[in-house]
Amino acid sequence: MKYYTYFPGCSCSSEGGAKAYDWSIQAVSKVLDIELKELDDWNCCGSTPSGSVDELGAFCLASRDLALAEKTGLDMVTPCSACYVIFNRTNTYLKQYPHLKAQVDESLAAGDLKYQGTVKARHMLDIITTDIGYDAIKSRVKKPLNGLKVAPYYGCQVVRPGFGFDHTENPQSLDKLVASLGGEPTTFPLKTRCCGGSLIISEEGLALDLTHKLLESAASNGAECLVTVCPLCQTNLDAYQSRVNRKFKTNYKLPVLFFTQLMGIAFGLDGKTLGLNKNIVSSNEVMERVYNPISYMTTH
Amino acid sequence: MVTETKANTFIDEICALPGGEGIKVCIQCGTCTASCPNADLMDHTPSELIAMARAGMRKEVLSSNAMWYCLSCYMCTVRCPRGIKQTGLMHAFESLSIQAGLVHTKTLTPTMYRLFNHYCSLGSLPELWFMARFYLQTNPFHSLRMIPVAFNLLKRGRLSLKSRKLTPAGNSQLQAILAKAESLGGAK
Repeated sequence: MKYYTYFPGCSCSSEGGAKAYDWSIQAVSKVLDIELKELDDWNCCGSTPSGSVDELGAFCLASRDLALAEKTGLDMVTPCSACYVIFNRTNTYLKQYPHLKAQVDESLAAGDLKYQGTVKARHMLDIITTDIGYDAIKSRVKKPLNGLKVAPYYGCQVVRPGFGFDHTENPQSLDKLVASLGGEPTTFPLKTRCCGGSLIISEEGLALDLTHKLLESAASNGAECLVTVCPLCQTNLDAYQSRVNRKFKTNYKLPVLFFTQLMGIAFGLDGKTLGLNKNIVSSNEVMERVYNPISYMTTH
Repeated sequence: MVTETKANTFIDEICALPGGEGIKVCIQCGTCTASCPNADLMDHTPSELIAMARAGMRKEVLSSNAMWYCLSCYMCTVRCPRGIKQTGLMHAFESLSIQAGLVHTKTLTPTMYRLFNHYCSLGSLPELWFMARFYLQTNPFHSLRMIPVAFNLLKRGRLSLKSRKLTPAGNSQLQAILAKAESLGGAK
């Protein structure tokens, strides 16, 4: 059994839009003997926007969570790439800029908290591929993916600016994970290019252009679905796929799964547990392909 | 001489922000601009913005639309041969621009960021209310076009009407921390 403090972040909380990510993480963790203890009374990490509006306030938001997590003595794992960057950036900056640290310390003290800087903030993909490993994953596979062609989409922040996990521009962990489930990771030249992030809200046209490029790259390389490691990437690619189709007169119907949902499918867990029905583009064909490969082949 | 004094002040202002000090070592190779997915939309490219800042063009830099097109994808940061945290510089330009009241008027991103930060400081981001409020505040017409997307999310329970709340104790702790931070007057 491996133990971690779990920081779901707003999107993966029970009120968030990426519940399915959380559910599939819980289900897959059970299979892999990972024990996740949710951080008590956590607050939003501040994400990217807060730092652009009020830098000190943003560092304080993240530091409160880090200070709470430090009491547990465990590594803190988050499924969200934005939370992952914010916590690591905060750790790095607090070490690098003593003056900033003094200000954060003083602010935390107003809430009776102290942060020594010892918490390791890690991404769920890192935990699963590094701490658990591909062999252990392979040994749990009950329904191999039968060569399902999966575009491994890392997005930006799980690998950049880079906090010691995988390569900043040509990462391999998700590719290897797909292969260990019996799937075929497709060539995906844009696998670490941006989906538009939160600018999907303020500058939709710009973000749809970027999302369109990703879908085009995935489809043209034969992908039957995409996997993501970030709630925001999933929302942009999945919920806005119809907007891309409308804008570019395309007809993409590419399911966009959280990587833990894909793992759950290969582990033989049922779709409901994994929250597959929460995805907007249906993943029925993916399930059909895995569960009834022969009838799927004859009808497609 | 006036320009020089101005430049020194603006450079000092940038360098005082965590991550801002890198601006001094830029060699204007343009790698950041070449790596930026949105450079073509910016009135000044990322490398130009650095050159302008070093020339003391405070007002022009802070009223530019460039930093508001930054996606925080960090491609420039990992490729910079001088190790400049270019994304951090963009964030620094953003917060200085807000402080100086020089925010570019044709992009909605600053409004979105402010609203986002408002909710974050309450403890958690309620996705539905954040988006609804943003669209109604900036472009009610666009919110009509968003109905199908919102409906699909709502139908699948992905837009919660309820927002997540901290415990009363957790909330007062957070507010005490943020109030203190505010009294300290921002990151230096």
